This record gives sequence, C-alpha cells and structure tokens, in this order.
Amino acid sequence: MNNLSKIKNIIVKNTQKLDCGMEISNFPLAYETYGKLNEKKDNAILVFHALSGDQFASGINPVTNKEGWWNHAVGAGKPFDTDKFFVICTNVIGGCMGSYGPNTIDSNTKKSIGTNFPVITINDMVNAQYNILDFFKIEKLFAVTGGSMGGMQVLQFVSNFPDKAQVAIPIACTASHSAQNIAFNELGRQAIMADENWKNGLYEKNNNNPDKGLAVARMAAHITYLSKKGLQEKFGRKLQESEDVKFGFDADFQIESYLRYQGSMFVDRFDANSYLYITRAMDYFDLTKQFGGNLSKAFEKSKTKFFIISFTSDWLYPTSENRDIVIALNAIGADVGFVEIKSDKGHDSFLLNVPDFLDTLKNYLKTTYLNLNEKRI
Amino acid sequence: MKKEFKVITELIEENSRVLDVGCGDGDLMKFLLQNKTIDIRGLEISKKNVQNCLSKGLAVIEGNAENDLSQFPNNSFDYVILSQTLQAFLNTERVINELLRIGKRAIVTIPNFGHWKMRLHLLIKGTMPVTEVLPNEWYNTPNLHMCSIKDFFNFCEKRNIKIFRSLALNKEKISSIDLSNLGIKNLISDLGIFLIENK
Repeated sequence: MNNLSKIKNIIVKNTQKLDCGMEISNFPLAYETYGKLNEKKDNAILVFHALSGDQFASGINPVTNKEGWWNHAVGAGKPFDTDKFFVICTNVIGGCMGSYGPNTIDSNTKKSIGTNFPVITINDMVNAQYNILDFFKIEKLFAVTGGSMGGMQVLQFVSNFPDKAQVAIPIACTASHSAQNIAFNELGRQAIMADENWKNGLYEKNNNNPDKGLAVARMAAHITYLSKKGLQEKFGRKLQESEDVKFGFDADFQIESYLRYQGSMFVDRFDANSYLYITRAMDYFDLTKQFGGNLSKAFEKSKTKFFIISFTSDWLYPTSENRDIVIALNAIGADVGFVEIKSDKGHDSFLLNVPDFLDTLKNYLKTTYLNLNEKRI
Repeated sequence: MKKEFKVITELIEENSRVLDVGCGDGDLMKFLLQNKTIDIRGLEISKKNVQNCLSKGLAVIEGNAENDLSQFPNNSFDYVILSQTLQAFLNTERVINELLRIGKRAIVTIPNFGHWKMRLHLLIKGTMPVTEVLPNEWYNTPNLHMCSIKDFFNFCEKRNIKIFRSLALNKEKISSIDLSNLGIKNLISDLGIFLIENK
C-alpha cells in the first residue's frame, strides 16, 4: 500500500474504557470528509462503514486507487449530497486504514500489535468515533447512517448519545447478531487462523501474510452478500474460458473465478487480524441484551427521527430483523419511517445502484433537512 | 377528496398524536400537517406509496394493517384514521378493534354502499355497481367488505362502540347524521365519516 500519507487522523487523547475492561488513550482515529461544514454546523452527517469498508466512502480511495465504497450514495448530487451536506467517515478502531488497530505499530517493539490488540465491540467503535464531533466542534449531527455493521453502529450511537443526531438511518442491519451471522463470521475466522502464515496473529506486515486464509474468508462472506437469484442471473453455470469442463480443480465456472478474484483483491487492502477483530465485534453486538432484553429502552431517551431500510433479497440481515427495530421504536412512540426496498442484489444492495433505494433516500434527506433546519416558522 | 380531508382535520384537536392507517401516498398526512400542529405517523402496504411518503419526509412504515397494528401499544395515539380502507380488510372487525385499542378515538370513513345509485344499479341492471368512487368490477375489486352508512351504525351499536360524531358527505356538502335522518342520509350520501371510541 502506498499513499498512506494521504490518511488524515486525529489523536484521541482521552482515556477510553473498552468493554473488555482495558483502557486506551492517545490512539489514532483516521477520517475523511466530503463537502463543507456550514456556519451553523447543522449539515454534518456521520457515516459508519461496514466490515470491509474504511473512511474513504466517496471519490477515489487514495490508498487503493479504487472507488470509494459508497460512491453511489455519497457525492455531489447523490443522496448524501456533498454540495449540501458535510459528510464525515472515520475508520473504526480495529480497522486497518489508519485507525488504532492490530496493524498499528507498537512504539516499543516496532512491530505490529497483532493479536495483542484488545478485543473490541461495536460500542467501543462508536465511543471512539464520537471524538470526531469534538474535533469539528459539532454540537449535533444532522444524520448518522450506515449499512450492515455501519447500521449497528448507528443504533449504538443513538443509544449512547441520544441527543447528538437529528436523524438516524440504519440500513440492512440488525440489533442483535444472529446465530447464522456468527456462524459465517466464525467460518471466515477459522479460514484465517488455519493459514500457517497467521502465526497466532503475530505475522509481520507485507511479509508472509495469511493471505490464503483471508481470501477464503472473503470468498465465503461474499456469497452471503449476494442473493441466489442474483448469482444465478449473473453467472448461472457459465464456464470461464473453455467450451466444456476441464475435469480438474481450476476455476471452470465463472462464479469460481469471480470469487477467487474477490478474494485476491481483498487481501491487497485488508489486514487479516482486522478481519478477526471486526467480525468479533459484530458477533458480540446485541443491543437488546445491553438493555435487559428490551430493545425499546435503547432509544427511549432519544428524540432522533429514524428511517430504517431493508432489502427484499437480503438474507444475511433480513427484513424481519430490521422490522424488529421498527417495532421497538413504535413501542415507545418514536418517529420512525421504514421501507423494504425491492432488489435482487442481496445484502450488497445498499452499496449498489438500486434506484428505488437511492431516490427515496435522496428525497428523504432533502425534505427532512428542509423541515428540520431550513424552514423557519 | 379534499372535502373529506377538511372534515377529518376539523375532528382532530391540536397537539395530538395521530396514526393514518393505509395512508396511501401521504396526501391526507400532508394536508393535516399543513393545517394542524400534530405528530403524525402512517402505515401503508404498498412499497411505491411508502417510498413516496418517505420522499416527502413523512414518518411512514411499510406494513399491513391486518397484522402490523399489533406492534403499537394501547392508547398510543389520540386518533387513528382509517380513510376509505375499511372495506378492503379480510377481518374488518379485528381491524376496528385494533384501531380502538391503539387510539383513544378512531376516525373511520366509508364509501356508502347504501347510496341510491348503488341500489338503482343493482335493481335495474342486476349487476354489481361500478361507480366513480368504486370503479372496480366484482372480480377484481380490492373491496371485500362493502357496507352502507346504516350498516356501520348498526355495527357500532352491536359492538358497543360509541359514535361521537357522524357526518355525511354528499358531493361537497357536509351534514350531521343522527337516528332521525339515518334513512335519508344513507340514501343520498357518498361518504360517511365517523368519530368513534370504545364505550
């Protein structure tokens, strides 16, 4: 990876107590921003990224030279319109794009922290990211949003900081990681840990990384992000090059080659230990349990307006789990909108060009910002 | 029907919490917000309609009134509105019970099947009535349980539901309905509007 110098970060001085009991302080939190913060500072949107994301939500990621992960949603004229809004995205702690994580170099040993990094939670991630509000001197965000693990952070954020966001838009997520979610994450972790290069997490960067394990983890996870129908339509049983199967174990089918490609691309930009830590944080996420089995209690102190979105073909974070959040909010009379968008693109729908989703989101943000901040009655 | 919206607006007190069940694309919700200071939510079954409502910034959730009203606590709204949707439910009685459970009061409006045109249509033509208000044929209508103003009156009496206000809309004219004029109102009105609560 090059261009690491293009990563902006703040150093969090405050001591933060983690859920595991450990304390951290003086740690880096990497961020990126898009658009301009207005004078009233009422147009800021904090975007939380998902498992494999980073702070580069829009434009070209200067480290990977690839498009930002939420290019369809963040940018000029897009739903999170950077001509109008100030969009902030930070790399989660435990991540590998400049925030404090397992690939941070320990100043004493001059080596990566690796698995000496503490096990973190979604709550820890959100508490760390909260520091970015102080840095920009933002009293209240217009919106917090994110899909998948980003959505979980939205829920945790509103619960932790009930008066810090006017609007919350959790997308394709859950309030409690299911057994199936944990199972798929465990599969990925086992693939990494089975790679002989993993070495209990104390491998040295750019030098015999557990790439094979991480690639398999990514391949398995990638399947869960798509729908059966989507896969069938895109790949079917199409063969890669030849007219017929080759009676071997090379990639005969296009789907095989596609997954191998996804795996190989991923290892270039992601750290295997980060994958372990972040999936663990997702598995530990159970907001309902945090509030003694009553999810409504997580939100009862908040006046935040919620807009919850799910997708018809998302079987990883299905509509029923998103609807549970809606039900919890309705039980306390919260201001909540909810729609299930029709899409064949599976869980990944929130990252892709799904016009019904993007149009609704764009209009919702525009109208809601107008109603809350621009109309002066 | 803008007149219907006006009548509903007048039935609702300021600063109340309102739920519009089957809110369509949010026209009534918008109208109410423009004319009253209220806190309003919507429930709607069609994705397209829900997307339109959300685009307008309205707090609408996608759902089916037959199942999804159960998630709202008792008395969580001052008013629950059901505008010209009652006839489309499978279990009409259960929906009305739910409206009166979650709302302190309910406002129900019904297209009047007792209108003389309906009666005449069936009498003369011998086929199921098709009108401007009810434009579908018997085989493709979403309306499963049509009723007349008189039917709704009788229903409320049988089920111990108190009718606070009952209004009839005939073209653009509004009038009150009571037991003395029920027969004629049932004959000439397009729409019945009822403000009800549990006794």
